[in-house]
Amino acid sequence: MKRSKTKLIVPSRSSRSFYGDGIPGVKPDDLAGKLIVVEGADGSGRSTQIALLVDWLETRGHATVQVGLKRSTLVSEELERAQNGNILSRTTLSLFYATDFADQLENVILPALKAGFIVLADRYIYTLMARDMVRGMDITWLKNLYGIALKPDAVFYLAIDPAELVQRNLAKTATLDYWESGMDLGLSRDLFDSFIEYQTLMRLAFRKLQRTYNFTTVDGNRPVDEVNAELQKKIEAVLVGK
Amino acid sequence: MKTFAELGFPGRLIAVEGLDGSGKSTQIYLLKRWLEAEGVKVYFSEWNSSELVKSATSKGKKRELLSPTTFSLIHATDFADRYERHLLPLLRAGYVVLCDRYVFTAYARDVVRGCPMGWVRGIYNFAALPDLTFFFKADLEVSLNRILDGRPKLKFFEAGMDLRLSPDPYESFRIFQGRILDQYLAMSSEFKFITIDANQRVETQQAEVRKLVNQRIDFDQFRRNSPLPLPPPVRRNGISKGKASDEGEEDSAA
Repeated sequence: MKRSKTKLIVPSRSSRSFYGDGIPGVKPDDLAGKLIVVEGADGSGRSTQIALLVDWLETRGHATVQVGLKRSTLVSEELERAQNGNILSRTTLSLFYATDFADQLENVILPALKAGFIVLADRYIYTLMARDMVRGMDITWLKNLYGIALKPDAVFYLAIDPAELVQRNLAKTATLDYWESGMDLGLSRDLFDSFIEYQTLMRLAFRKLQRTYNFTTVDGNRPVDEVNAELQKKIEAVLVGK
Repeated sequence: MKTFAELGFPGRLIAVEGLDGSGKSTQIYLLKRWLEAEGVKVYFSEWNSSELVKSATSKGKKRELLSPTTFSLIHATDFADRYERHLLPLLRAGYVVLCDRYVFTAYARDVVRGCPMGWVRGIYNFAALPDLTFFFKADLEVSLNRILDGRPKLKFFEAGMDLRLSPDPYESFRIFQGRILDQYLAMSSEFKFITIDANQRVETQQAEVRKLVNQRIDFDQFRRNSPLPLPPPVRRNGISKGKASDEGEEDSAA
């Protein structure tokens, strides 16, 4: 009888830390799982890539959990309402998002990592920081705020040309999202122009963050499979401990 | 950190701090009545009262969903909302703003809950300091008794039950309030708290408060009929392009 391969990779333990003081009472070394972050604009292929990665990881015997922004039990509803009404000022919105992040960090990410899961984060603190930077928030203030965040095992930033992003977004929804176009900034009254300008500013902010947070930029202009193959290769290196 | 006066705001901010049961809310209410009677443009803002954030906070409290970190952040969100939407514009328009609790409440409570002091203070550093901060200092037993005499049903977070100090809510409340008092006392001189002996009669305290406010604030500048002051310069920081924010302002002014 022909036997299938049953040997699985047991992820190596890595020494971990928080960016700042972290969460009171949480010891980072208790967290056996891996935290993989995929960053990028809407239309950069984040969700597609994450779905493929989940499939791939689970087939190979790893338990996974997915998290994303604005999914906390605590404030996601209120955050949605605030956004729709566009009534919050920048510091307030920033802190509201930080609350949402902290709630998921404490209730989903950390427990899952403790239990040895591979956590795939559809965006992490970098998107939140980049958005705030574009809106003029102080980077030192942001770094202090997100000192609660755990340093991930890998961060992939799917970089796409704004012109290509426009095409993908329009192909998907036939319109451009108000917030993804940065319309609150008053860059332009024209949605299309605003989108291009805002996404360019976001790329600049990400580039600035990259110097501090050292994530891997992945060329997202390529076909889905090609991008995924690159991600798989890099994640495999993380699992075996490089 | 600077006060609103030091930053050139035409308005003034007066804050009251103290333990639950110290009588600070009564005192700031009476101060408000007096200022109104004097024809001063006055606005009152209470801790944890922003409409939008409130529903999240009360859900979090009711279902006991809050950790020290999210407790801190959600109160900071609430504060930022009131600060940006009400306090700043009113202070630029020359109001006297009265705050029942200000950032010092967060400094004290969040640190007692285990959040690092530097982190908490860093989050609130967008806020200017009050021009006057009254700290109502009652003996711990006096404040506790004012709250506990009625044997009210203490709420989970109010009693500090999340800290697991004691399984008994009343005992937990006592320990929790004692620790908060220690935090207040530790920051009292750093932030130039004006300490009012809250064991005294209501009228005695109020007379003291009014005397100090009268000394520090020239009411003529803040009356309804006084001319509109010139707006102070807008503070800018971060990487947003000048062009972007200029256009934004033009839009909102139009």
